[in-house]
Amino acid sequence: MLQVRNLTKAFRGLVAVRDVSFDVAVNEIVALIGPNGAGKTTCFNVISGALKPSSGSVTLGGELITGLMPEQVAMKGLVRTFQIVRPMRAMSVLENVMIGAFARTADVGQASEIAAEAVRGVGLESKESALAGSLTLPDRKMLELARAIAARPKLLLLDEVMAGLRPFETDRIVEIVRALRASGVTVLLIEHVMRVVVALADRIIVLHHGEKLAEGEPSKIGANPKVIESYLGKRAKLS
Amino acid sequence: MKRTLRPPLWPAAAFFAVAAAFGPLLDTFWLSLLTLVFFYAFMGLSWNLMMSAGLLSLGHALFLGLGAYAAAVLTASTGVNPWLAIPAGALIAALAGSAIAWIGGRFSVRGVQFAVLTIAFAELTRVLFDNWDLVGGTGGFFLKAINPDTNRPLVTLRGGPLYFYFAFLVITAMAYFVIQRLMASRWGFRWRGINEDEDAARALGVPALRSKVLVVAISAGLAGLGGGLFGLMQGSLFPDSVMRLQLSIEVLIAPIIGGLGSPFGSIVGAFFVVPLMEFSNVLGQRIGYYGLNTLIYGVVILGVIAFLPDGIWPRVLRYMNAIRAA
Repeated sequence: MLQVRNLTKAFRGLVAVRDVSFDVAVNEIVALIGPNGAGKTTCFNVISGALKPSSGSVTLGGELITGLMPEQVAMKGLVRTFQIVRPMRAMSVLENVMIGAFARTADVGQASEIAAEAVRGVGLESKESALAGSLTLPDRKMLELARAIAARPKLLLLDEVMAGLRPFETDRIVEIVRALRASGVTVLLIEHVMRVVVALADRIIVLHHGEKLAEGEPSKIGANPKVIESYLGKRAKLS
Repeated sequence: MKRTLRPPLWPAAAFFAVAAAFGPLLDTFWLSLLTLVFFYAFMGLSWNLMMSAGLLSLGHALFLGLGAYAAAVLTASTGVNPWLAIPAGALIAALAGSAIAWIGGRFSVRGVQFAVLTIAFAELTRVLFDNWDLVGGTGGFFLKAINPDTNRPLVTLRGGPLYFYFAFLVITAMAYFVIQRLMASRWGFRWRGINEDEDAARALGVPALRSKVLVVAISAGLAGLGGGLFGLMQGSLFPDSVMRLQLSIEVLIAPIIGGLGSPFGSIVGAFFVVPLMEFSNVLGQRIGYYGLNTLIYGVVILGVIAFLPDGIWPRVLRYMNAIRAA
């Protein structure tokens, strides 16, 4: 589904992502983890077209998408959410989600139906006509997710959707992501909540200082000495 | 599940019908005043449309002026029928608007910088027209007077006060319904999305550049249409009258006072602002202090902005909803 090859992104002197390569297979759930500043979000920004890479390439479903604009990438089926949620505050929940739905239809009635379904999917139907600006943080996260879902992604990039949520809310998102996968969507997520990563991911990619440190199944990544070192330091031991 | 996303259109339709019915009952003073009201309402609708996508135009006089000059020069110098000349002027204005929107969008000129870009193009064009002999330069361009006895307004699109009252009423009503329709469409959603958060909208597949070019083209085209009719009404055009920066500012006061959120706000705003301007002129002259009119006008506008920051119309709507709920 997604091939990232030798991706490098430098901001002037600072190399945020260095020579990172990985694949995401169709219908897989892959987690991108790493300490703060590891380059995860920069990676997302380059893949989704928000930033141009310094070098390297991104291929989606066999098609080169490096250098495309974010809206073109989205139309090709790669939709991302933002770590810091960005609701259209003066628009209602349903209207927000309709903007996503308009990626797939020009018809207003159809868009409102797609949107209503996505809103129900994240459990926001009772707040459908509330202004997005009036929502609580967990609800805003749900809205961010619903908006992306309504754009009917083939590959969904989730940037820390669980951050700041309580356990029962993260459980709800875990369920939603599982249901999405069951419907054929491929998911690449950045996540800090390891409980969630282990519960969801088929595979984990660890970034550290902008470079790929390790890659593998969740059970093996937790035991990888390099990974433990990057998070906890050299002297930490697996107890 | 069926959802009604569109506001009902009949209240506005009723309003325009009443305004039309009153036309023949009005004397020349009221006709000219209300013609000016509808002119500013129309220009406000056009300006506010761009604003819905977060694009602040401080150069609407450019589009108005292009439309006015095109319509006047084409009818007077080449004898083109005004029914063709006015749309041609609207088209020229729309093309100019598209070019500015494209430059702004392509090079990520956002927010206040975009507003400055619109001023720059408007002023540049005004200076060009000042020095362009074909359109009369600073000396102005004049239409030949029409003979009111043989004139047929629906052929020449010129006429007396009653004709121009109806003409501006009709284009205002037309612009209102077209804009309502657009705002309820996919493009309306995209414009609002761009206004709120351009990057988030693009991540959801909103084609930002195309959306901006389209909204500015429509807004500028409308302004060109209004300008064409305005030029025929004035009969004489000067770059310093139809393209002046002050006009660009005057155009945005009605929608801001009326309420930016809804198209009807622009109409309400014009009904407040234009008579206020006229009456403070009259009052200022009676009392005989030079500049008193601007003082009165300014103080009232300040008062409205201080007490009704969202504008008049949203507040009226809130009261009406509260009454209905009670």
